[in-house]
Amino acid sequence: MGRPITPLLWALFSVGGTIAALLFPVHLLLTGLAFPMGWLNAPSYGYLRGLVAFPLVKLYLFFFISLPLFHWAHRFRYTLYDGLKLKHLTTLIAVLCYGTALTTSIAAAYTLWTIP
Amino acid sequence: MSGKVQYTLYHPKWYRRHVSVWWWLENRSYTTFILRELTSVSVAFFAFLSLWYLRALAQGSESYARFLQWLRTPLFLTLDSVAFLFILLHAVTWFNLAPKAVALRLQGKRVPDGIIAGLNYLAWLMLSVGVTWILLRG
Amino acid sequence: MPATVALAVARYRPEVESEPISQMYEVPFRKDWVVLDALNYIKDRLDGSLSFRWSCRMGVCGSCGMMVDGFPKLTCSTFLSDHLPGPIRVEPLRYFPVVRDLVVDITDFMQKLKQVHPWITRKEEKPIAAGEYLQTPDQLDRYKPLSMCINCMLCYAACPIYGLESSFVGPAAIALAQRYNLDSRDEAAEQRHEILSARGGIWECTFVGECSKVCPKNVDPAGAIQQYKLTATAHWFKSVLVPWGSR
Repeated sequence: MGRPITPLLWALFSVGGTIAALLFPVHLLLTGLAFPMGWLNAPSYGYLRGLVAFPLVKLYLFFFISLPLFHWAHRFRYTLYDGLKLKHLTTLIAVLCYGTALTTSIAAAYTLWTIP
Repeated sequence: MSGKVQYTLYHPKWYRRHVSVWWWLENRSYTTFILRELTSVSVAFFAFLSLWYLRALAQGSESYARFLQWLRTPLFLTLDSVAFLFILLHAVTWFNLAPKAVALRLQGKRVPDGIIAGLNYLAWLMLSVGVTWILLRG
Repeated sequence: MPATVALAVARYRPEVESEPISQMYEVPFRKDWVVLDALNYIKDRLDGSLSFRWSCRMGVCGSCGMMVDGFPKLTCSTFLSDHLPGPIRVEPLRYFPVVRDLVVDITDFMQKLKQVHPWITRKEEKPIAAGEYLQTPDQLDRYKPLSMCINCMLCYAACPIYGLESSFVGPAAIALAQRYNLDSRDEAAEQRHEILSARGGIWECTFVGECSKVCPKNVDPAGAIQQYKLTATAHWFKSVLVPWGSR
């Protein structure tokens, strides 16, 4: 039917951006700075493995990784079009951006599925 | 009507300024816009880092310990700090712009932008506290 | 307060030059003068060959849009005193082809405006005898800010996407389409959806937001576009998940 999927991509961009805005700051602050620098006590390996065993946590982590990547893919694609005037490479850019997001999402799903 | 109008568009003597690829350096608003758009790179960076983190966790306590060592290196501490600043920029610009897109109307009147943004910030605060509490319990 | 101020005005005479040049004029400085007053002084006393558009000189006709010190402004509403010490750069509206001096061709905008059907469309017209359409203040409030657009095209001069993508319908056209979509008397939202969702429509917009910043009438086209993206997305999901729904 040739229906464009831009609205779907924008929806993914929006939800992904919201997840990134609400959750990435705290997660990055803790895992990237507070725990490595020792400002706060890092959770133990056993505790984290216990957390990740819950299906709900797996679901959370899947959306946590996947949707912000689609946010990046959509936004970065347009930044390349407008910022670097690369619109003539539209198919290549779209494939690279959404392809990366898709394959990484599949990798995340596989990792989460196979953690006991 | 449309035939005549099309013809005048191709008038050769009209001056058409070429838009440079550096258009976004021409004024501050454009530059802050591109910076805002580039925050998506830090979002992708942290998404990838999180996946790597998960895989290290899945592969056992030794690979997890090695991954934590990586996070303590100056390279990653710097990358994470820069990414954190950009992700903060993303969050702030996102919450401040959300009311424009949402345009909620209650009982016929538009809900003020400040309230929608405020609710977003509140959710941000509550979720941050919740995540911190969960992670600090172990 | 200085006695005079300098204006660096872009000149483009196709019969003389191949690209615009800048010409300096020294005009009297009055604290109640706007850039348009200065331009008219130039045309009346200094250089009658300067070409520019203007009309109402009170910010309602949308004719006098130009770039003042690099920003899209209505010259009838831009005070010289806000741009001291000068020289004040006056150039034609950005992203439009320049016909002569400060006059640009606006055919592209006019075509795109027509494409979005900016008028009340009903499936069936009400006969005059049936009386007028009734609208509550709340219904009016939904589209009133969008109806304030004076087609001055400052938003087009501010929008980098319009400069980069020739097919982009642009902020004012989308805002005006939305003005009619949100009008309770109109029934053509579906028709406008076709053109707005196609190439050159709302999806080209990346919410730079400059259009709303420069709008002299607080129309907020950026907001209108983002809201329409939500509407169009909901419409898309509905058509995918409930394809047998009413068209």
